[in-house]
Amino acid sequence: MYHKDGVSYYVVDGHVHYWNASPENRNKYGEGFIECFYNYQTSLSPAEWIWPYDKFCKYTEQDMIHDLFETGYVDTAIFQPTYLRDFYPGEGFNTTERNAVLKERHPDRFVLNGSFDPRDGDEGLRVLEEQAERYGLRGVKLYTAEWKGDSKGYKLSDPAAYRYLEKCRELGIVNVHVHKGPTIWPLNRDAFDVADIDDVATAFPDLNFIVEHVGLPRLEDFCWIATQEPNVYGGLAVAMPFIHTRPRYFAQIIGELLYWLGEDKLLFASDYAIWSPRWLVERFVDFQIPEDMQGEYGTLSVAAKKRILGLNAAALYDLKVPAEAQLDSVPAGATAGGGS
Amino acid sequence: MITRQAAWAALAQVRDPELDEPITDLGFVRKLRVDGGAVHAQLRLPTYFCAPNFVFMMVADADEALRALPGAAEVRVELDDHFTGGEISEGVGRGFEATFPGLADGDLADLRSVFRRKAFIAAQARLCRDLLAQGWTPADLTGLRLGDLPPSPLAADYERARAAVGQPVDPDAWLLTQPDGSRVPAERVDRHLRFGNALRVSVEGNAEHCRALLAARYSDDLGGAA
Repeated sequence: MYHKDGVSYYVVDGHVHYWNASPENRNKYGEGFIECFYNYQTSLSPAEWIWPYDKFCKYTEQDMIHDLFETGYVDTAIFQPTYLRDFYPGEGFNTTERNAVLKERHPDRFVLNGSFDPRDGDEGLRVLEEQAERYGLRGVKLYTAEWKGDSKGYKLSDPAAYRYLEKCRELGIVNVHVHKGPTIWPLNRDAFDVADIDDVATAFPDLNFIVEHVGLPRLEDFCWIATQEPNVYGGLAVAMPFIHTRPRYFAQIIGELLYWLGEDKLLFASDYAIWSPRWLVERFVDFQIPEDMQGEYGTLSVAAKKRILGLNAAALYDLKVPAEAQLDSVPAGATAGGGS
Repeated sequence: MITRQAAWAALAQVRDPELDEPITDLGFVRKLRVDGGAVHAQLRLPTYFCAPNFVFMMVADADEALRALPGAAEVRVELDDHFTGGEISEGVGRGFEATFPGLADGDLADLRSVFRRKAFIAAQARLCRDLLAQGWTPADLTGLRLGDLPPSPLAADYERARAAVGQPVDPDAWLLTQPDGSRVPAERVDRHLRFGNALRVSVEGNAEHCRALLAARYSDDLGGAA
């Protein structure tokens, strides 16, 4: 919970990882991958939030609990597994199984999401069923650029993916988080294209599709799709840290998202351990659209901040929000920050 | 005999297809060596995993631009620190599909045209945003022709992006057109400008990410070849 100016904000970090990218667990691709993540941290974080590289490759349970819950204001964090077995041949990068160990020890703090890969055929469907039963899954995280042998990725509109989404529906897995990446089959097409999300959002109106990184680098296509599909949401990981390095760009990104999707379709996320929630939450609550852009984008209200920081995710995952943080508990006269 | 300046100017004509900015401005040219008719360029990118299709376009375009220089005898363009660096450096003359056998089902022409259309919309949005800030209204913009615009860097950049999608750039051409060349009807101008602006924000946000990642990745060598 975060308290500022008499307002209580229930905080759900919608995208966190507990990864192992240590040298024993990775090949050259895994090394390239974690270096890229590290450059995200070093280039877009305040100096005091930059970690030593070795810690970044493999941090501890204590680091995570401290950064999220003890100092980071997070009430509930959602694990989004990313397997990457072709890059991390030891135990995978950030698997459901690895995350489950923390979930078991801190059951009230984490939501544990699973994952599937439509190229795993019947065996994958069986594993998904097993995971759903064992962990009570409500959501899955998909990475469409995942390598699997000769294959460099897939689309959600592939017939094989449809079978898995039908299985999700059957198992009560209602939240599908999608993360696009730089590769896909065939390699000559735009791997970041979000058109396949449009396709499945229409075909599966009873599932929620949360597009991670708000579709970046295809923000405009994502916005266009989300205006037409009521079950499409945007996860703010990767967009959030602009609030520090490029606040005017952040204002434009959040402004576009508010215009096209609205404040009830956006989910706060740190992408921990790339970024840490503490400074993102503090800056976001203090943030306001600069005055010269308010004609175009309006302002960011306290209610919008409350929804984005936690209430929207709480609704998707049936999380219990304390009375003090409910939407109707905003005291009269509370300001939306940003010195306005 | 090729001068280094001429080779650099040739590379400055090569653009990142997604960001629509010259690779020289983006810091993607790591080294450029010119010796008589021999030109050797080394390119670098913000991440190890930048999408291989865009990367191939830039390497192939750089190769072509340098080969077009009068007096070019031996041209070599290499891509550093990328997961397909070896394949692309070797395969640049053979085309994308032949460079990635089994992984592609065609060349990059379709993807190129998608990004030329996006670059066109973004350049138009940048120009229109500037015109709106100067006091023009959206309704005014639908009645403007290119010849009505005062000369400016944004107008020149829009003309370049128009030419790339095959649209006329003469003074009589309508300012506000779709990528297919059709005029934007007055009743759709607000939505058209809004979408263009979302695309502009996306592209500029991506460019910021790319610059930040490149600076972090090569923090010991920020100057590049500039």
